[in-house]
Amino acid sequence: MAEHAPYEFKNPVARWLESRLPILSFTKVHLLDYPTPRNLNYFWTFGAILAVMLVVQIVTGIVLVMHFTPHVDFAFDSIEEIRRDVNYGNIIQKMHQVGASMFFLAVYIHIFRGLYYGSYKPPREVLWMIGVLILLVMMATAFLGYVLPWGQMSFWAAKVITNLFSAIPFFGESIVTWLWGGFSVDNPTLNRFFSLHYLLPFVLVGLVFLHIWALHVPGNNNPIGVEVQSGQDTVSFHPYYTMKDLYGIVVFLLLFAAFMFFAPDYLGHPINYAKADPLVTPTHIVPEWYFLPYYAILRSIPDKLLGVIAMFGSILILFALPWLDTSKVRSANYRPIYRQFFWLLVIDSIILGIVGSNPPEGAWLTIGRIATAYYFLHFLVIVPLVGFLEVPRPVPKSISEAVLPPRSEFRAAE
Amino acid sequence: MSTAEAAEPTRRDFLYIATGAVGAVGAALALWPFIDQMNPDASVRALASIEVDLAPIAAGQAITVKWRGNPVFIRHRTPQEIEAAKAVPLDNLPDTEARNANLPEGAPATDENRVVGGKESMLVMLGVCTHLGCVPIGNDGDYTVVENNVKVGGWFCPCHGSHYDTAGRIRKGPAPENLHVPQYAYVSDTKIRIG
Repeated sequence: MAEHAPYEFKNPVARWLESRLPILSFTKVHLLDYPTPRNLNYFWTFGAILAVMLVVQIVTGIVLVMHFTPHVDFAFDSIEEIRRDVNYGNIIQKMHQVGASMFFLAVYIHIFRGLYYGSYKPPREVLWMIGVLILLVMMATAFLGYVLPWGQMSFWAAKVITNLFSAIPFFGESIVTWLWGGFSVDNPTLNRFFSLHYLLPFVLVGLVFLHIWALHVPGNNNPIGVEVQSGQDTVSFHPYYTMKDLYGIVVFLLLFAAFMFFAPDYLGHPINYAKADPLVTPTHIVPEWYFLPYYAILRSIPDKLLGVIAMFGSILILFALPWLDTSKVRSANYRPIYRQFFWLLVIDSIILGIVGSNPPEGAWLTIGRIATAYYFLHFLVIVPLVGFLEVPRPVPKSISEAVLPPRSEFRAAE
Repeated sequence: MSTAEAAEPTRRDFLYIATGAVGAVGAALALWPFIDQMNPDASVRALASIEVDLAPIAAGQAITVKWRGNPVFIRHRTPQEIEAAKAVPLDNLPDTEARNANLPEGAPATDENRVVGGKESMLVMLGVCTHLGCVPIGNDGDYTVVENNVKVGGWFCPCHGSHYDTAGRIRKGPAPENLHVPQYAYVSDTKIRIG
């Protein structure tokens, strides 16, 4: 952590404010001068990309609320009015809709970055666990928001997901009735989902603040996974990483814009353009792509309660990961065996996603079961064992040794 | 630690604990209205029962009515369907309880126990899959009877692949219970009141 050099501000107003609320020096320490490992690659820009996505979702969301009516008779039509009648409504609505997908794309890359480079290992366990909490709140927010347009998929997603809680022994049915505010998904459900969908993003803001706080105590991990040892290993956050992050953000926004302008519905389901009908379930109901792997896990297990436990367990297991991984070496760059298993996990997650998008029959059921078993095997057996058995490659002594030319070459250049 | 600090609890210690306890109970009580407000409100609970005329439903036909926001299947079963349901030994059922709100809890899931008043041809049940609440599709699944090369009776849930037989009992798939039979009674020979 940087020493808190007492900043002397020349501006008298800044000095006056600083002595009453040291917000200027706080900003300078944490956003401008913050010492950051000099070797961060572009996978590290996803933190900043995610911050931007959260802001995009909140801003577009607040605008949409100005035109949306949370009532079963009007919700579907009010979304259509936003798309057709509200000035620039079609762009703002698509920005929010596609933004959710982009948010998840970025968060999954961010998480797999952490898995590859061992960012969950001591002393960053709390940072990692807050991150898992953020993922859970994000998922809840996305689900609640998906229900609001009150299309067929919205309705049946609400019904199926709330019914997950009916698997709880004894209290299940009462909990579901309590969540619905009735005996089926209906107007009270839509109203409370709207209220919570507005609340949770601000909870996310709070959690992101804690996430960054927990990041700034030990400082960033980095691609070689060796802690910062001297000033030579770091550069100041501004301008080096503000610019690098900005570049990453612009490239990411290009992808975002491509979807938004040219294929806004590509990631969605056409059936959600049919208004909710409580008497007819669409023949093939599937969640948005970012929930497909969990959905595949749920369907792979032929028991209701165990299926629900496995589905939630697939995320909750991440909380335990810092203690399941027995290897002292952080970065998979120096872990030849773990690196292969990491990529197998990536492939396994993609297979689960594909299985989740297909009907639970025949070969898909078998593949889904194998992929589900492998997912848990990875975290519960492979990760602990590989830590013991693997012989890691030699790790550089420091960041500067790994990325700067040797000293003799320096001299020669001079 | 000195002996003085481990002295007898004083009157003051008691007051601290008692005040804290009362405060905690008060806070918990104050929380309850904020939890209970999410339960079904008076207008939802007061939702009237509905009456359905069964006379127009011919054998082999089924209708769906809406009750408390949920679909209710009313199926006039053919003799073959009833036959098929009766032929199933109870041991073959994943859920051996009738799930009939008109019978005492724990009644066995025989075909007679799935209907009311011995009127075996009229099967009335909630069209809500006991897995995750989708609406099963009629005349589909692995437990239908085949009449004239057409699947008749039986239900299949498209969401997660649960199969129900001609008495609406779960036979295969992730659903844990038979389709629930709601509270209903015959007000006349061909008319029922649900709820």
